[in-house]
Amino acid sequence: MTNKTVLFEKHVEYNGKIVDFAGWQMPVNYGSQIDEHHQVRNDAGMFDVSHMVIIDLKGGDIKGLLQKILANDVAKLTESGKALYSCMLNPEGGVIDDLIVYYMSDDWYRVVVNAGTAEKDIAWISKYAADFGVSVNVRDDLAMIAVQGPKAREKALEALPVDVVEAATPLKRFYGADCGEWFVGRTGYTGEDGFEIMLPSSEAPAFWDRLAEAGVKPCGLGARDTLRLEAGMNLYGTDMTEETSPLISGLGWTIAWQPEERDFIGRSVIAKEKADGVKQKIVGLILEGRGVLRGHQKVVTAAGDGEITSGTFSPSLQKSIALARVPVDIGDSCEVDIRGKLLKAAVVKPVFVRDGKPV
Amino acid sequence: MSEVPSELKYTESHEWLRLEDDGLVTVGVTDHAQALLGDLVFVELPEAGTEFVAGDECCVVESVKAASDVYMPISGEIVEINEALADEPEIINSSPYDSGWLFKVKPSANELADLMDADAYQAEIDE
Repeated sequence: MTNKTVLFEKHVEYNGKIVDFAGWQMPVNYGSQIDEHHQVRNDAGMFDVSHMVIIDLKGGDIKGLLQKILANDVAKLTESGKALYSCMLNPEGGVIDDLIVYYMSDDWYRVVVNAGTAEKDIAWISKYAADFGVSVNVRDDLAMIAVQGPKAREKALEALPVDVVEAATPLKRFYGADCGEWFVGRTGYTGEDGFEIMLPSSEAPAFWDRLAEAGVKPCGLGARDTLRLEAGMNLYGTDMTEETSPLISGLGWTIAWQPEERDFIGRSVIAKEKADGVKQKIVGLILEGRGVLRGHQKVVTAAGDGEITSGTFSPSLQKSIALARVPVDIGDSCEVDIRGKLLKAAVVKPVFVRDGKPV
Repeated sequence: MSEVPSELKYTESHEWLRLEDDGLVTVGVTDHAQALLGDLVFVELPEAGTEFVAGDECCVVESVKAASDVYMPISGEIVEINEALADEPEIINSSPYDSGWLFKVKPSANELADLMDADAYQAEIDE
């Protein structure tokens, strides 16, 4: 199975190096992933994220549905356009997916899920939607472009249609607004300010060109990964899976335990895990010497072994960084087994760069 | 299009070799390989004085994306390594056949002739 987004021809035209990602033909870079990384940290870059799936929930008791299937509580969303990050758990407390949900009105919530998990997500949501009288509309007709960086909003506003500019200009962080078939969220996956723009597929190629003319540079999935890792944002499938609970995946903060009577799927299992004492946590690692931390490398600590879930070279820090699942009592340093050698790494909070600055 | 200089020898695992006037053989990774790897950020070189047999893993080059083994293309002793790569591994991206060389080998056997010439390597990467 190889899918192409509506922007595929643009990626080829802009010299994108195409790779397979979750069954999609996507650009990993357009020359240098490090240059693209810095472009987003210092200026503005754009990512085709049309492979991600937009789901509109309409009619019926949508709030009731989402309060059942999400670990975070959509009751927190009272203003139109407000977004919420949440995990969707299975009955065993494992993570089916992480997603963003926008509250637009009592009759319309918009959910954005990962490409690799979309099929099972849609099946899962649909299974419960019927009980709440909610219709599930997968918006295959929309493309999505993330414009990210300190100058992203300014430059995107030059490229957006006039009426969409009016809707997007006043947006606060983590809010979205719709304008006809266009939708702009002040959200992202890079640790920088910016927009995620959903629009009719037929209009996406021309909009990509307009963004480029406004000085927004195309960036590939390679830079997207180093940016999100520096920002300490989890990647589904590596940092958390159906086999890991959010409590050992650095996602405890996304669980709404109150009100106690809200019986979301997976609650009883993770509540017991919490009551019994959580054994592992996600930390950040910074390698002290030369080398590159990678996923699945063993982390050796006085409190026991752990494992790197995501590792890379950080273009912003010029050092190797990682997210790792380790025993909760790890302390402030550890060793990582890289090809049989134990190399020293500092243990830090799992966030390295925010808004262009080292944390 | 990747550059494939005609005067060099090549391996299927994308190393290049150049026979120098003093009989030593300089080894690096090809332009095609560096393009596939993307931005290089770390090189773990062998120590001078180490002896290897052709086919041994002798070196690791890491890009942002992934770590890749470099295989010893001929048997022999490492006599010199490119120290500049410790601070600037990206030289391999900008100059794979020149400043981005990895190490020099004193060959212990006459294996150079068995390796691919530029035409054969070009055909290999065109597949």
